[in-house]
Amino acid sequence: MAETARDPGKMQVSDEVAIQITAMNKWYGTFHVLRDINMTVRRGERIVICGPSGSGKSTLIRCINRLEEHQTGQIVVDGTELTSDLKNIDKVRSEVGMVFQHFNLFPHLTILENLTLAPIWVRKTPKKEAEEVAMHYLRKVKIPEQAAKYPGQLSGGQQQRVAIARSLCMKPRIMLFDEPTSALDPEMIKEVLDTMIELAQEGMTMLCVTHEMGFAQAVANRVIFMDQGQIVEQNEPREFFNNPKSERTKLFLSQILGH
Amino acid sequence: MTEPSYLRDTVLPQLPPPLVDRGIIKWIRENLFSGVLNTFLTLAGLAAVWWLLAASLPWFLHGVWDANSLGECRSIIAAEFGEGAQGACWAMLRERWHQFIFGFYPPEAYWRVGLAFVLLFVALAPVLFTEVPRLLLWGTVIYPALGYWLLWGGSIWGPVVAMAGFGLLALVFKLLRPLLGVPVAGGLGFVAAVLWWLFAQGPVAGLLAGVMPVGLVPVESDRFGGFLLSIVIGVTSIAASLPLGILLALGRRSDMFLVKTLSVAFIEFIRGVPLITMLFTASLLLQYFLPPGTSFDLILRVDILVTIFAAAYLAEVVRGGMAALPRGQYEAADALGLDYWSAERLIILPQALKISIPSIVSTFISLFKDTTLVSFVGLLDPLKGISTIVRADMAWKGVYWEPYLFVGAVFFVLCFSMSRYSMYLERKLKTDHK
Ligand SMILES: Nc1ncnc2c1ncn2[C@@H]1O[C@H](COP(=O)(O)OP(=O)(O)OP(=O)(O)O)[C@@H](O)[C@H]1O
Ligand SMILES: [Mg+2]
Repeated sequence: MAETARDPGKMQVSDEVAIQITAMNKWYGTFHVLRDINMTVRRGERIVICGPSGSGKSTLIRCINRLEEHQTGQIVVDGTELTSDLKNIDKVRSEVGMVFQHFNLFPHLTILENLTLAPIWVRKTPKKEAEEVAMHYLRKVKIPEQAAKYPGQLSGGQQQRVAIARSLCMKPRIMLFDEPTSALDPEMIKEVLDTMIELAQEGMTMLCVTHEMGFAQAVANRVIFMDQGQIVEQNEPREFFNNPKSERTKLFLSQILGH
Repeated sequence: MTEPSYLRDTVLPQLPPPLVDRGIIKWIRENLFSGVLNTFLTLAGLAAVWWLLAASLPWFLHGVWDANSLGECRSIIAAEFGEGAQGACWAMLRERWHQFIFGFYPPEAYWRVGLAFVLLFVALAPVLFTEVPRLLLWGTVIYPALGYWLLWGGSIWGPVVAMAGFGLLALVFKLLRPLLGVPVAGGLGFVAAVLWWLFAQGPVAGLLAGVMPVGLVPVESDRFGGFLLSIVIGVTSIAASLPLGILLALGRRSDMFLVKTLSVAFIEFIRGVPLITMLFTASLLLQYFLPPGTSFDLILRVDILVTIFAAAYLAEVVRGGMAALPRGQYEAADALGLDYWSAERLIILPQALKISIPSIVSTFISLFKDTTLVSFVGLLDPLKGISTIVRADMAWKGVYWEPYLFVGAVFFVLCFSMSRYSMYLERKLKTDHK
């Protein structure tokens, strides 16, 4: 991975705000899972979110495309505020791509059909055109030869790259990743990370929950550390890893870096 | 202690398995005589088969096809195989088969039933087999009207105008869906269709019949019987109950309180009531709810209640299939921006239905067999209705096994075909490569 790693500072970040979260709180029943979250993501930023298990990382990024509903505060994505208004939700979802830990490909459809489904039914793209776009992204994730197969016939790493391509087919402006490599065998992690690094270098706005600290150092321009539903610390990666401020961050880093 | 180091430098060639491990002898030994208990069961099984064949085979072999009454059958058997020999009197079938198939349908119109039956397969083909050209689906769409017209006869314009009601439903739905969403557009389409049937159906059909009279001799519902009746009720309620069951399953999983409550109440109520009760409701009670003076065909009424009955069961089967899908499937569909109806139609239902195929087909098979229960409301089903009539005839009084064996055999062939089709479908739709 070292060869693909560039200086993250060189990648373009504009002043335009992509995601604005203000004083956001969320509860599961009486359990206060996200507490007073404030964050601004600018267009082109690559943000890595890390933190111990149960700290609310998944919940946070799932709030951004409203797979989870927040109760108080504000989330504005690309100028659209997420409320219970279904139109806004659909608008945001078609602009925000999401990659899951367990891929969540549609097992009854071929790879190509997985990729063209949303463009055809949500964007109303003609089938032919949708297939061309799909093949373009399959080539980009380096598995065009698998187009006619079913997800069950692919390795985990290939499935996750298909999942990334499936999101890209909707031409999203923001991509969310929820532990995209944690269900993969070590030898497959690299192929997925390489795809993500390439995406970052093209200027995609990315929020990524991951414990791949190599990835964070290679592409992130900001690392956010969460604990107990709060943002505890955020910093640019070099400072974050070399010079963590909070005790909890230090403890966490010593655990995952593990030596 | 350390293992001595080892490195393989030659690849061993593939060898054929030893002889005893192959072929029929191995199979017999492993499956039939692998132990004392297994050997005992094998011998007991053989004895049971032998005993059954010894008891029934002569009866089948002595069967008489050519006779005019049961008495004649018996004397032929006695003459050929000796006094006291038992034999089947298939001559009864030879003389009465048409009643088992058609009931009291007028014989000069049997061709209409035959044609409707053949066209049924043409209509089903594109639904059952995706290899069939999609264009034929239009045939499937018009088949209900065509089949109805062939079987019941009368002016062709009645069924055509009734189909136009469905066309109206589809049109209203298609136009309004982008503005109002699926449920409201569907509801308004349904209202439009009902209004059409109530107020436009009669005048429009009458007008068209006046302009261009095309028709067949009408056949009353009470002439229907036998397998014709079973298949009419079975096919229509199978075809209608699946969509209704799917809607009920979606309703039961809905977030909307009213929709959910109504679906649960409907499903639980219908499942809690025996089918016979539903049939009596069809034949007696339903008349009270309808405006006086409307005569509502008994077959149609029975059909509606059998459909509702099957739909309640199917709803639970389909819901089970939906519940078996991982949450990630819904989340992926949501994250891609698919709306509720697209997600259900494209992602959830295809997978849920696939999982439920065996149970759905079981429900269909039991529904089809349950059509024989219509004899309780005076319809002539093949098993009880027709058999009783045949056995009431002086010539065939005393015939016992033959009609039941025949009806059973036909039911078996039809139900077994459904079962095989379900297995074919399961194999074809298998994409998980486990
Ligand atoms: N649907 C739910 N209902 C109730 N509690 C939930 C639900 N989903 C998550 N939680 C709880 O909310 C907390 C945060 O969960 P979340 O999945 O966001 O954690 P995470 O940081 O992603 O953890 P991990 O690293 O294990 O994925 C956890 O304590 C979890 O038990
Ligand atoms: Mg998580």
